[in-house]
Amino acid sequence: MLKTVKLITTALAAVLVSGGLATAEEPKRGGTLVMSIQNTPRHLNPAVQSGIATGEPGTQLFAAPLRYDENWDPQPYLAKSWDVSEDGLTVTLNLVEGATFHDGKPITSKDVAFSIKTVQENHPFKTMFAPVESVGTPDANTAVIKLSEPHPALLLAMSSQLLPIIPEHVYGDGQDPKSHPANSEGVVGSGPFKLVEFTRDQHIILERNENFFIEGRPYLDKIVMRIIKDGSARTIALENGEVHMSGFEQSPQNINRLKKADGVTAEPEGYAAIGPIAWLAFNTVREPTSDVNVRKAIAYAVDRNFITKAIMLGTASPAKTGIHPGSWLHEPDVESYDVDLDKANQLLDDAGYAKGDDGMRFKLVLDYGWAGIKAPAEYIKPQLKKIGIDVEIRSSPDFPTWSKRISNHDFDMTWDVVFNWGDPVIGVHRTYQSSNIKKGVIWSNTQSYSNEKVDELMDAAGKETDPDKRKALYSEFQKLVADELPVYWAYTLPYHTIYSDKVGNPPGGIWATVAPLDRVYLK
Amino acid sequence: MEFLRILIRRVGYAAILLLAVIVLNFIMVHLAPGDIADTIAGDMGGATEEVMAEIREDYGLDKPMLVQLGSYVGGVLQGDLGHSYFFNQPVTKLIAERLPATLLLVISAQLLALIIGTLLGVISARKPNGITSHFVSLLALFGYSAPVFWTGIMLLITFSLLIPIFPVAGMVDVTLEGGFWTRFWDIAHHLVLPTITLASIFLALYSRLCRASMMEVLGSDYIRTARAKGLSESQIVLKHALKNSLSPVITLAGLQFSAVVSGAVLVETVFSWPGLGSLALQSILARDTPTILGILFFSALVVIVGNLLTDLALRLIDPRIRNQS
Repeated sequence: MLKTVKLITTALAAVLVSGGLATAEEPKRGGTLVMSIQNTPRHLNPAVQSGIATGEPGTQLFAAPLRYDENWDPQPYLAKSWDVSEDGLTVTLNLVEGATFHDGKPITSKDVAFSIKTVQENHPFKTMFAPVESVGTPDANTAVIKLSEPHPALLLAMSSQLLPIIPEHVYGDGQDPKSHPANSEGVVGSGPFKLVEFTRDQHIILERNENFFIEGRPYLDKIVMRIIKDGSARTIALENGEVHMSGFEQSPQNINRLKKADGVTAEPEGYAAIGPIAWLAFNTVREPTSDVNVRKAIAYAVDRNFITKAIMLGTASPAKTGIHPGSWLHEPDVESYDVDLDKANQLLDDAGYAKGDDGMRFKLVLDYGWAGIKAPAEYIKPQLKKIGIDVEIRSSPDFPTWSKRISNHDFDMTWDVVFNWGDPVIGVHRTYQSSNIKKGVIWSNTQSYSNEKVDELMDAAGKETDPDKRKALYSEFQKLVADELPVYWAYTLPYHTIYSDKVGNPPGGIWATVAPLDRVYLK
Repeated sequence: MEFLRILIRRVGYAAILLLAVIVLNFIMVHLAPGDIADTIAGDMGGATEEVMAEIREDYGLDKPMLVQLGSYVGGVLQGDLGHSYFFNQPVTKLIAERLPATLLLVISAQLLALIIGTLLGVISARKPNGITSHFVSLLALFGYSAPVFWTGIMLLITFSLLIPIFPVAGMVDVTLEGGFWTRFWDIAHHLVLPTITLASIFLALYSRLCRASMMEVLGSDYIRTARAKGLSESQIVLKHALKNSLSPVITLAGLQFSAVVSGAVLVETVFSWPGLGSLALQSILARDTPTILGILFFSALVVIVGNLLTDLALRLIDPRIRNQS
C-alpha cells in the first residue's frame, strides 16, 4: 500500500516537473538587478587590469569575441563565427554586422586588432596572446589573427574578461591605456550594459544598452553593483532580499547559512574556468623540502577530506592536480596520497631523517597570507607533528608581506591559492615551468621546481590543436607532476553564486559572474 | 598680548609635531615589507618582472627612500598629499570625498552618546543603588567591552534580518528616486544602525563619568542649600547639579574625538559606510602609501588642531587656567 502511494507521488511529481518544464517561463524584460561585489575595482577596463573586481562590471561593459557554455564549447558572441586553419596558425573572426559601441560608433575589425594589441602589451597574462604575430583586417567585419605557432588557448583567451573589445577611437588617443581616464569615467564599451555611475567603495550603476548587438537583450533595465566588503553584511543583505545576487562567495559559514535560508540558492557550479585551487607549496630547492620523499611524507600526513569536510564544512571539493576538476583537461587518475601516517613515517625514516629524543625529526616554517586560509594552516601543525615534523606557523599581517616573502623564495612551505584562468597555458604552466622561476614575482614558479620532461610536456600541450592529443599530453603532465609533488593540491576554493528566487537564468557556465549577464532576468 | 604669545608658541609646536608625524609615518609605512607593485600583482592574479618594474618606476618606488621622503614632504608643504596608486586620483580629492560621510557618522554618534550617556548617568546617580542604576552600569559595561564589529553585526541580524526595519549596508539606496527630502530620509535611515554601533562604546564612558560626577555634586553643600531652600527635585538636578557635573564629560568628549574617528574604521567596514575609515582600511590593505600617509596626516592635523582649540577655549573660559602661566 505504502509502495503504491509512493509510486503515485513519484509519478505525480514527474508530471509536475515535466509540466513545469513545458511551461518554462519566458524571460521578462525590465527591472533592476541588485548585485553585491566584494571589492572596489581599481578601474573598469579588463584589457589592462586582471582580477574579478574589474571582471564583474567589465564583462557587462565590454563584449568579447566569444563566450563559453557549460561544456567548455565556444559560442558566438561578438564574433558570429570563427575559423581555425588546418595548421592552426590562422584564426579568422567574423564579427556580428552592425554592432556598435556605447557611443554609437561601429565596432570594426580594427577595434579587435587594437584590443588584442592593448591586451598583449598591458595585460599581466602574457601567455594569452604571446604567439599572435599580427591581426589583419581585410574588411570591417573580418579579423584575421596570424600566429607564430599553433595556440589552442587562444579561443578561451577571447572570452569573458580576457579580451574585452575596446574602442580604438577612445583608447587609441596616445594616453597610457593603464591609466586612461576612460577606464573609470565615461567608459565607452561594447557590452550589454552601459556605465551610469562608478562611486568607489559604494556602487557601480549600469543601464541597459538599447543598441546591444543581440536583439532583445539584455533583459534587465539596470544592474546596481553594490560594493559590500564585509562578508557577514553581504550574507544578511542576501538573506533579507536587499541584494539579489552575489558571485564568488567563499566563506563556508556564510555559504551554509545561505543554503538554509528561504528564497535564495547557493550554486557551486560556474567556477571551472576560474579554477581556484588551494595548495601547499614547497620550496623544492631548500632543505629538507628539496627531498621529494619529504614532500610525499607531508602529503601522506595531510588529509584532504578532513579539510574539505571539517574545515571547509563540506563546501569545497578535493583537488588532486593543478588543473581544476571542472576542466575538460583534468586527469582524475593520479597519485592522490590518501592519508597514511605509517607510510609517511617510513618515507622519512628511509630518507634519513631519524626521530630525535623528543620524537621530532626537523623543523619547518609554514606561511600563509590571508585570514581565509588560517584554519587549513593551523590544521597542518598537529597533523605533521604525528610524523615528527615540528611546524612553526608564520602568518603575515597582509597580502604584500606574504607576497614579498614567497616571491623572494624565503619560505619552506606555504598555503596558496592559484587560479587556472580557463586554459592551462594561462594559469597552470606558470607554476611548473622552469623558465618561469622569477624572483620577486608572485605566482610564478616560486617553488623553483624544474623538470625538463615537464617543461616539454607543457610546451607540446600548449601547441597541440587536436583536443584528444592535447588532453593526453596534459594527463601525462598531471601524473608526472603529482609524482614529484612541487605542490600538494588540497581543495578547490568553495566559490558559490548566491541568488534569490527572483533571479531567472542565473549565471553559470564556466565563467559564473565574470560573463555577460544579458540573459539574466527578474521574475 | 600674553594670549597672542601663547598662541604663536602653540602653533609653532603644532607645526613641528606635524612635521615629525609626517616623517615618522613615512618611515614606518615604508618599513613594512611589500609595496604597491606586490598588491597590484596580487590584485591582477599575477604579473611579470617587467610589469612589476614598470609599476615601481611609475610610482618612483625605485628611487632611494630619502629622495622619496624629500619629494613627499615637499609636496605636503605645498598642500599636495600625492596621488593614490590604487585609485589613480589625488589623495586630497579622495579625502575630501570621504570626509562628509565620516563627519556625519562621527558627529551623530558623539551626539547620541553624549545625550543618552548623560541621561543615563543622571538617572543612575539619583539612586546609586537602585535597580535602574545597576541596569545602566551593566549596559555601559556591555557596550564598552563588546567589540564594535560584533555589536554591528548583532544589530544587523536583529534589525535588518529578524525585524527588517533598517537597511544592511551603504549610505544611500541608489535604486530610490526622488528629491532632496527622499534622499535626506534615506541617508538618515541608513545612518541609524552605524550610529548606534559607534555610540555604544562612548555611551558607556559618558554615562559612567556623568554618574560619578553627578553623585559628587549631589552630595555637595550648595545642593543641600538648594534643597533647604525648598527647590523642586527636578530643578535641583537639572539646573544646579547637571551644569556642574557636565564639565568633565564635555572635556572627555573633546579628547575622545580622535578615538571616535578610529572607531569609525571598524563601523564603516561592517556597514559599508563610504567614509575615511573604510578608505583607510582599503589603502592599508592595498599598500597605497600616499593615501595611508594622507589619512594619517589628516587625522594628526585634526587632533592637533582640536587640542589647540580646546586648550585655547579653556583658557578663555576658565580663569584658573588662564592665570596659571
